[in-house]
Amino acid sequence: MVDTLIFSLIVGASVGFAAGYLGSIMVLEKMALVGDAMSHVALPGLAIGVLFHFNPLLGGFIFLFVSAILIWHLGRVTKLSFETLVGAAFTLALAVGILLFKDLDTLEAALFGDIAQVDLWSAIAAIGISIAVVLLTRLIYRKIVLSLISEELAISKGISVAKTNLLYLLLVSATVAIGIQITGTLLVGFLVVTPAAAARMVSGNLSRYLALSAVIGATSAISGVLLSGYFNILPGPLVVISGVVIFIGMIIIRWRKKMNT
Amino acid sequence: MGEADDYILKVSNLKVEIQNQIILENLSFKIKKGTMLAIVGPNGAGKTMLFKTLLNLIPYSGKVEWEKKVKIGYVPQNISVKDIPISVKEFLSYRSKADIESALSAVKLDDKSILNKTLGILSGGQLRRVLIAWALMDNPNVLLFDEPTVGVDIGGEESIFFMLNEMKKKRNITMLLITHDLHLVKEYTDQLLGLNKCLTFFGDSQRIAEPALQQKIYGETVCLAEA
Repeated sequence: MVDTLIFSLIVGASVGFAAGYLGSIMVLEKMALVGDAMSHVALPGLAIGVLFHFNPLLGGFIFLFVSAILIWHLGRVTKLSFETLVGAAFTLALAVGILLFKDLDTLEAALFGDIAQVDLWSAIAAIGISIAVVLLTRLIYRKIVLSLISEELAISKGISVAKTNLLYLLLVSATVAIGIQITGTLLVGFLVVTPAAAARMVSGNLSRYLALSAVIGATSAISGVLLSGYFNILPGPLVVISGVVIFIGMIIIRWRKKMNT
Repeated sequence: MGEADDYILKVSNLKVEIQNQIILENLSFKIKKGTMLAIVGPNGAGKTMLFKTLLNLIPYSGKVEWEKKVKIGYVPQNISVKDIPISVKEFLSYRSKADIESALSAVKLDDKSILNKTLGILSGGQLRRVLIAWALMDNPNVLLFDEPTVGVDIGGEESIFFMLNEMKKKRNITMLLITHDLHLVKEYTDQLLGLNKCLTFFGDSQRIAEPALQQKIYGETVCLAEA
């Protein structure tokens, strides 16, 4: 039990940090809900894992990756926004996922997370993937920010906006896939949205915004897992509630700052 | 030195077609080094598309020949900075780690407090100056500027043109400016290119004062075969 808690804390801290870091871009891009919707795309993959007796997370991971590539490609062909395409894909995935899950308990674990299944290997994978996500996000961050300011400016500097977007979607998929263990598919979207929104309240420059978003992500996840161990209830909702408390705190700090100036 | 060497850009028979719509056609002109060229024309004339073509960002037919080893700085018209908490210092460091303060002082932004301000809270004039600093950071030979005074108040427009003109002289930069500020074209630019999908005028900027020429540029299109 103690081992499970420690492993869950490791997974929570690393995925919270990576998701907060990556999520800061999503909030800038006004794609906050894309991260949330993407998480549901994992559901059929999880179900296939359960049906064919292999690690459901691997199924979720593969499903998310393939969907990210398809969504990216469809975006290029149809010129529709990611938001629209992910919106269509996630409802389909949810429908297929629910049909594939025969057993309601496993469906519940997929939707809400199952901390009991977090083991040493999940912790190692979470650390590895989170480090990779943070490093790769660092690599594309400037490119994305520049293309947000002006796509022409970015292209004129030799930045391939399409390739950057693909890498970005893949990073979102990877982050969501590892986050599912703690919060489940229903709540994992929180990890990429709320920490960034909270950090945005008190950040006057990008470096601070990025760092703070990552720290708030990790703090929310750690507090949620610890509270879950203490009260012996699902960690997902507690992670979300911890994050929202921080978000409210940041709104108050911003409000007080404004009042004082 | 032969006459041909004086040209930094030669465009011939340029045609741009997007989704079966002709955006630019039959466009031929040459720009001499150190020229400040104003590109004018009605909305939808293809001015921004001409820049994108010159930057090789969109497919075209015909020839666009820049002088060898030319370095081009570009400032687009539309930029969105309102929702991005990026400071002036961070933005400029994306371009180059070179001396940011001297880049800002070159565009007359000497107050160091601007370094930590976010782009979204700058005035229109300050933002344009920061963009000019960005474009000039790696010492380009050519600057393409899409509407230098967009979002700048009336008093500030002239100071931007004045500054660009000074830079042109000091650094011998060739400047291509898309503009609607006809009152400043005569005073601060050398040559004028009228565009309305094709070339409608190419010549001395002083002539912009002629009502007949303004009518020609902004009125019914009569294409020129070449510059």
